[in-house]
Amino acid sequence: MKLIILDHYSQASEWAAKYIRNRIIQFNPGPEKYFTLGLPTGAFLDGEGAVDRSGESRQQGPGSTPLGCYKKLIEYYKNGDLSFKYVKTFNMDEYVGLPRDHPESYHSFMWNNFFKHIDIHPENTHILDGNAVDLQAECDAFEEKIKAAGGIELFVGGIGPDGHIAFNEPGSSLVSRTRVKTLAMDTILANARFFDGELTKVPTMALTVGVGTVMDAREVMILITGAHKAFALYKAIEEGVNHMWTVSAFQQHPRTVFVCDEDATLELKVKTVKYFKGLMLVHNKLVDPLYSIKEKET
Amino acid sequence: MRGGQGAAEARVLQFTNCRILRGGKLLREDLWVRGGRILDPEKLFFEERRVADERRDCGGRILAPGFIDVQINGGFGVDFSQATEDVGSGVALVARRILSHGVTSFCPTLVTSPPEVYHKVVPQIPVKSGGPHGAGVLGLHLEGPFISREKRGAHPEAHLRSFEANAFQDLLATYGPLDNVRIVTLAPELGHSHEVIRELTTRGICVSLGHSVADLRAAEDAVWSGATFITHLFNAMLPFHHRDPGIVGLLTSDRLPAGRCIFYGMIADGTHTNPAALRIAHRAHPQGLVLVTDAIPALGLGNGRHTLGQQEVEVDGLTAYVAGTKTLSGSIAPMDVCVRHFLQATDFVVLDDSLHVQATYISGELVWQAEAARQ
Repeated sequence: MKLIILDHYSQASEWAAKYIRNRIIQFNPGPEKYFTLGLPTGAFLDGEGAVDRSGESRQQGPGSTPLGCYKKLIEYYKNGDLSFKYVKTFNMDEYVGLPRDHPESYHSFMWNNFFKHIDIHPENTHILDGNAVDLQAECDAFEEKIKAAGGIELFVGGIGPDGHIAFNEPGSSLVSRTRVKTLAMDTILANARFFDGELTKVPTMALTVGVGTVMDAREVMILITGAHKAFALYKAIEEGVNHMWTVSAFQQHPRTVFVCDEDATLELKVKTVKYFKGLMLVHNKLVDPLYSIKEKET
Repeated sequence: MRGGQGAAEARVLQFTNCRILRGGKLLREDLWVRGGRILDPEKLFFEERRVADERRDCGGRILAPGFIDVQINGGFGVDFSQATEDVGSGVALVARRILSHGVTSFCPTLVTSPPEVYHKVVPQIPVKSGGPHGAGVLGLHLEGPFISREKRGAHPEAHLRSFEANAFQDLLATYGPLDNVRIVTLAPELGHSHEVIRELTTRGICVSLGHSVADLRAAEDAVWSGATFITHLFNAMLPFHHRDPGIVGLLTSDRLPAGRCIFYGMIADGTHTNPAALRIAHRAHPQGLVLVTDAIPALGLGNGRHTLGQQEVEVDGLTAYVAGTKTLSGSIAPMDVCVRHFLQATDFVVLDDSLHVQATYISGELVWQAEAARQ
């Protein structure tokens, strides 16, 4: 794996966004060759992505990890440096039974925080439908769509405090495919604040890509920021492969990038952190030079 | 009233780089329109899987809902209360000219007039959708003649009326058929007013309280009978008094039907109401505030003598008086001037600078554009 350690959330988000940008542009997508991107979601929070007086991002609350990265990607599109015209996206998960236009649905999250700001065509976006009549059929169809698109080039994801990827809660099979999962009580409690604190309103099930589904991607990038994720990161990369910490499965993937901030490394061995920080000179070459589609036009 | 045929095949128009009003705030959001109706772009994206057919860059400007003027007596030489042979073309002229003030719908207002005038004029002003030809007519506003003598303002005393025993029949006899009528201003202290208010309300006509010496209790009772609006708050009513707030007290009354919001017109032309009074009303009850022009035929013309119904009016700058008196007689401030005055008075944080109307759209179609904006 590559472990990329940046000082703060904002820098980690930016590094991740630059990496995605370079990967898309170097892939040189076109009408016959789409870049397939797997995407994570988060939840809306008050003051999300806010900066404090020093200009640094505030301590991140749970659920909003990918927001900074999306904001940078939108910026690159608006500056004319990146286009999503030939990008196909596959989101990791969606709640079951939540109306698609509910403010907390992952459809709403993706529309408001990403899709509406860029030039992606709606037909190239894929999000699981939590209101499908036959949920397992919807999941199977999603797997087929990924296959039909030629597999995922780069799957971007996050990690839960319990080490889960997408909604693959502890105990999920490490070779699982897209399916319906019942949410852990921890997750439901954590989500209650987005539903006016009413536990009865919180979805208890979700559709999620499996660990195996993400493992099939040609490359995986995991964003991990904040001290509350530190223990999960430790379990994921310094301990063994274990279905209780499903992100650990990626130790067996040939191309994984973990992008973190300092706080997320708090539970790692000093030796690990020093080793990877030392490699930043090399790893930064992945984002510098930073490519732009403007160069291609000249 | 809007005849937007939102066929799924119609072109989708996306206004970008603009600020729109949502939830009482100005947000940087795009506005999507199709077939004359505002669209939910999220639904379009996920359900229809469509993008915009055309994008229009608004240059960072504010995209405001079209202004609706519910009290306008005429303009540009046209007097809605005159029983001319071709009332329709007068209304059409005003409708076209107020587009440049950002007004997209209005209620042509008739001041106190003799019954012959109503019988001749009212049937000639039907409800009409707006478009490139002009702002839409939402229905007539009949201000008077069932108002208070003491608070008649510029309305002619000779034509004031009160309700007799057959109150509603009286009203019908005076106005004629009410098909084109949308608002009636009356004084609730007049006898039998409650049956009239109830009748009008059941017919879907908005009853507005104004030109009245009603106390708060009488005003509250009128609201219980169905009244929902106050005509030009502060003007032509008893002033606010701490032991009897009068009609003004409706803004904070706790004796109104549950869930009912009382709306009130205010003329923010810099003359009719002191900015401090505007602020008091706004702070007391911001959700009910409606800006009106109460514009008179002299709107858009210069200083000098003009008519308003049966009266002569003298215009000087932005003020108009009944000729030879100090009685205010309507206003000549266009709606967008009123909006700017109001903002200055209430000190909003306005992201844009000047709030000058650059372009007016009706049903997604450009119907007026400022010279500078024309390319």
